[in-house]
Amino acid sequence: MSLAIATNVTPQQNWLERLGAGHIILAVALVLYPLVASDFFLTQIGGYSLIFGMLGLSLMLLAGYGGMVSLAQITVAGIAAYAIAILGSNNSNVLGFGWPWWLAVPFALLSAALASALIGWISVRTEGIYTIMITLAIATATYYFAQQNYAIFNGHSGYAGIRAPAFWGIGWRDARPFYYLCLGLAVLSYAAVLYGSRSTFGMTLQAIRDNPRRMRALGYHVTAHKVFAWALAGIIAGLAGVLLVWFNGRVSPGTIGVDAAIDVLIIAVIGGLRHPIGPFLGAVVVVLMQTFAIDIVGAERFNTLIGMVFLVIVFVSPDGILGLWGRIKPHLAQESLRPGQ
Amino acid sequence: MTESFAANRLQSSGAYALELDGVARHFGALVALSGINMRIAAGERRAVLGSNGAGKTTLFNAVTGDFLPTSGRIRFFGEDITDLPPHERIRRGLRRTYQISQLFKGLSVLDSIFLACRGVSRRRFSLLRPAITDVNMVQAESILNAVHLEAYRDTLVATLSHGQQRQLEIALALAGAPRFILFDEPAAGLSPTERRDLVAILNALPKHIGYIIIEHDLDVALRVSEYVSMMHNGRLFKEGTPQEIEADPEVQEIYLGGKHG
Repeated sequence: MSLAIATNVTPQQNWLERLGAGHIILAVALVLYPLVASDFFLTQIGGYSLIFGMLGLSLMLLAGYGGMVSLAQITVAGIAAYAIAILGSNNSNVLGFGWPWWLAVPFALLSAALASALIGWISVRTEGIYTIMITLAIATATYYFAQQNYAIFNGHSGYAGIRAPAFWGIGWRDARPFYYLCLGLAVLSYAAVLYGSRSTFGMTLQAIRDNPRRMRALGYHVTAHKVFAWALAGIIAGLAGVLLVWFNGRVSPGTIGVDAAIDVLIIAVIGGLRHPIGPFLGAVVVVLMQTFAIDIVGAERFNTLIGMVFLVIVFVSPDGILGLWGRIKPHLAQESLRPGQ
Repeated sequence: MTESFAANRLQSSGAYALELDGVARHFGALVALSGINMRIAAGERRAVLGSNGAGKTTLFNAVTGDFLPTSGRIRFFGEDITDLPPHERIRRGLRRTYQISQLFKGLSVLDSIFLACRGVSRRRFSLLRPAITDVNMVQAESILNAVHLEAYRDTLVATLSHGQQRQLEIALALAGAPRFILFDEPAAGLSPTERRDLVAILNALPKHIGYIIIEHDLDVALRVSEYVSMMHNGRLFKEGTPQEIEADPEVQEIYLGGKHG
């Protein structure tokens, strides 16, 4: 609150300074969370929220900074997950090269980045709702392809028996290590996006979002910049895919279905696309609801409840939870002297 | 007639900055540009006048590559750029401004100019934050001063006034050592004071930088250009000094509506 008194700071400085305190509190809370959480809350809520937060973050990078709304982020994560299953070990007797994790993971991330760049290259010819449509088409096509292809994807049963690595004497699939693994990678992705948003490339991406025509007239190859953004988003989505397959021990077409694709979009929109923290907030809300809505309203209606919460948040605040916070904050900080807000 | 004016000037100035040979642009049945032949020497400052719909902005779009001409060739400092994409033309030293400001509403003024400098430089894909000592950042600061926007260095572009946005338009075109600039009605919507500033900025440009300026205000055009080309219905129909154009009865009838003279 004390920093709200400074009147001569720009909005950006103010935003970052405020996050300075917020970041520390959040980090301490997240690190101490395992002390109070059961294994169920560590993995099914904590781990899952962080994984889906990373998926939402990859979408936030594209949509928030680049103005490109993608429904194919789960597809990219799925490609990394399949790559881990195929390059590493599984019990399906179809494919399985038995590579160690430290070799399989870089290749999985590379596959995800390349696949994402390809999806981007196809879809950057479109704008707005057409980008959503074309990525939805790609996500759906990949889903059906995986379901019907047995040579590579092993059809609708996919791959099972995938193990998370164990090193330094730690089984990384155990609740507490897995939570910290997710937390570490999520924080890394989050910090990279936050830092990158003010990098040269981050600025070019936001400028392309605001005015691609002008960017061409300044000497930028707009398509190349957009495709590079897709590749970077692909790495984050790929990381999430690796964590997902390690946690579940399996990957099948169901992992990359349209339901999951829409979940990622809902997470990003509920949380807010204006700041990389948004998707993580959205992920916590959606994961909590998906886990407990059944207890509240029963198996028949839990999707209705999720849909209604989505509608209410979007109706009250088009910027999601981030936007809500922006509205509540001035009432909390009465001494706020921030100019122009 | 067009050719003879250009030929006279060629003898003194040497190479052409911009040459257009029979450039035409059709939109379906609409002929927006037709048989445009233009020779502009390096460092020359030319005004293009014409009523709305005369094809002035279409001419700019064809030169910058926003769309390709239906026929004809365009050469920039001797190089045929007709088929090059816009960003390649920009990297060769061509710049433009827009009639309606085309800015980055979510960025600050300094960051916008920085991107303009970086666009024709290296490390466009850098994932690092530019240091304050970055060569393009230093360039951006100096351009900021040149267009008198230093007080708005960190202001979000969306919150600038119309006049300031027009100044930023010009700043973006000045970034990165341009050789030739296309100004599309830079004075549109400016107050008399801001117009004087604009004239001062244009006249203070280094002499090697040539430009074409589309301008409705003959007062402004007269003070910032050496020659004037008149366009009408997609064609060039008259060229001359500002004084000759102003005094031309045909020009007065078509474009000025008899108000001047």
